[in-house]
Amino acid sequence: MSSSPLLSAQSLSHHYGTHLAVNKVSFDIYKGEVLGFLGPNGAGKSTTMKMLSGNLAPNHGQITINGYDLLNQPKQAKAHIGYLPEQPPLYKELTVKEFLYFCAKINLIPSNNINSAVNTAIERCGLGDMTKRLIANLSKGYQQRVGIAQAIIHTPAVVILDEPTSGLDPIQIREIRHLIRDLATEHSVILSTHILPEVQMLCDRVQIISHGHLIFSDTISALNKQRQVSNLLCTLLSPPPLGALQEITGVISVETLNPTQFRIHYQPDINPTTELLSRAVMQQWQLTELMPEQHSLEDVFMNIIQQESVTVGQTI
Amino acid sequence: MFTLARNELYRLFLSPLAWVILALCQLLIAYLFLTHIDYFMQLQGKISAIPGAPGVTELIAIPLLNNAATILLLIAPLITMRLIAEERRNNSLPLLFSAPLSIRQIVIGKYLGTLSFFIILLILISLMPLSLSLGADLDYGVITAGLLGLTLLVSSFTAIGLFLSSLTTQPTIAAVTTFATLFLLWIIDWAGNTQVTASTSDLFSWLSLLRHYEPLLQGEVNSSDVAYYLIIIVAFLALTIRRLDAERLN
Repeated sequence: MSSSPLLSAQSLSHHYGTHLAVNKVSFDIYKGEVLGFLGPNGAGKSTTMKMLSGNLAPNHGQITINGYDLLNQPKQAKAHIGYLPEQPPLYKELTVKEFLYFCAKINLIPSNNINSAVNTAIERCGLGDMTKRLIANLSKGYQQRVGIAQAIIHTPAVVILDEPTSGLDPIQIREIRHLIRDLATEHSVILSTHILPEVQMLCDRVQIISHGHLIFSDTISALNKQRQVSNLLCTLLSPPPLGALQEITGVISVETLNPTQFRIHYQPDINPTTELLSRAVMQQWQLTELMPEQHSLEDVFMNIIQQESVTVGQTI
Repeated sequence: MFTLARNELYRLFLSPLAWVILALCQLLIAYLFLTHIDYFMQLQGKISAIPGAPGVTELIAIPLLNNAATILLLIAPLITMRLIAEERRNNSLPLLFSAPLSIRQIVIGKYLGTLSFFIILLILISLMPLSLSLGADLDYGVITAGLLGLTLLVSSFTAIGLFLSSLTTQPTIAAVTTFATLFLLWIIDWAGNTQVTASTSDLFSWLSLLRHYEPLLQGEVNSSDVAYYLIIIVAFLALTIRRLDAERLN
């Protein structure tokens, strides 16, 4: 990781009228990183993306891209970003190739490099067979790809993608995710989404935004740590009395789901699995299933958001 | 900036609208041209004897340019309506905003692109009176002044249309408001003719687009008339730039 961030945002705020959409959001992104921006609908994701791409001027705060201030030196700064809004900005009456040529030109690619830039973008986004098709006749997935091609055509340092997989079918989603992972080898990517597994698959770092506040910002492994295992699900065909299970060290309580299935809650630092196993074998409980239960990412996400709204409520 | 202008013109010609407008405009003007010629043929015998009588230029070319102005007034809103309103509706404005272009370049680029369409139309229109030079002596000075006037007129139509298109998301609303504004500026000097109070009528007739076109049709190129059109163009382009800037801020 290099020392200076490629894109750095400092205490960005924006309000629409009296509605505060984004409140003092600060973060950095470094070279080769995929940063996931996660939040429920209306949390301020798109507003932040718009500010980063220069489509919306923040009411407060500063954005620096590759050393250029976005507000004071917009042209130099914008040359280093590629932006795909929620709805891909396309001229539907043009063919894919014409459109990308136009994008290459307005992004000030020198005329002798335009051909190679367009061809590279077409190749990377898998648009090879579509170059002569009208954009209006392409499927949503391919339109999305053209949108991404448009964002990376000038090989910007930072690519900003606003919900790139929304409204696509599962196969297209997989392809687009593949493409994003691929982009991260050469560009830094900021990805906004409300789909949790997507963040888990694609991102190096996660930021969770809710009601305009940045409430979580860490690596994906730190997010996974929050998914502590503290439950065991086991099926015993000839179960002992509940007391026998509760005797095992570390077990806090046992919940009977049905006559043969139990959920065992235990203290996070004492794992009773081995003891349970040995007792089950010795006393012939006929153990057929033993499964640690994980918090789903959704649970973690909801936890973080709920914790935050509690603390916010307290401060108010 | 010129890339944007070229793209604008290119996209205009991809839609049938541009072709239909060019064709119908030619049809209408050709019909008017023929009626003017017809009228001239009837008069020719009577006026040929009078010295200093109006000639081909005054009786055919100039009325034709006058009619062309009215037709352009009707079609200009249809061309300018889509400029920004439609981009906004298709959500394609972010493409331009996140490219390394200033708002000024975007606006002027779009303006020049649309203006080139009208220049093409004007060239086609001017071919008709110029074709008379095959069989008659034309007063090229007057015709040039008239064409200059028509160009300035269309340039201001485009600037006004561009601004009104930047105010709305609906191309239709842009077209209707543009037409209303242009028409108002066209007829505003009618108030000037009623002579209610001298000061207001002066102001109104100064505001009229038509008032500044008429001297140019007579072959009089006054710098005040030219300045009037340039002021209109610059003012509406500046308003458009401000409008788009304000949108980015809020």
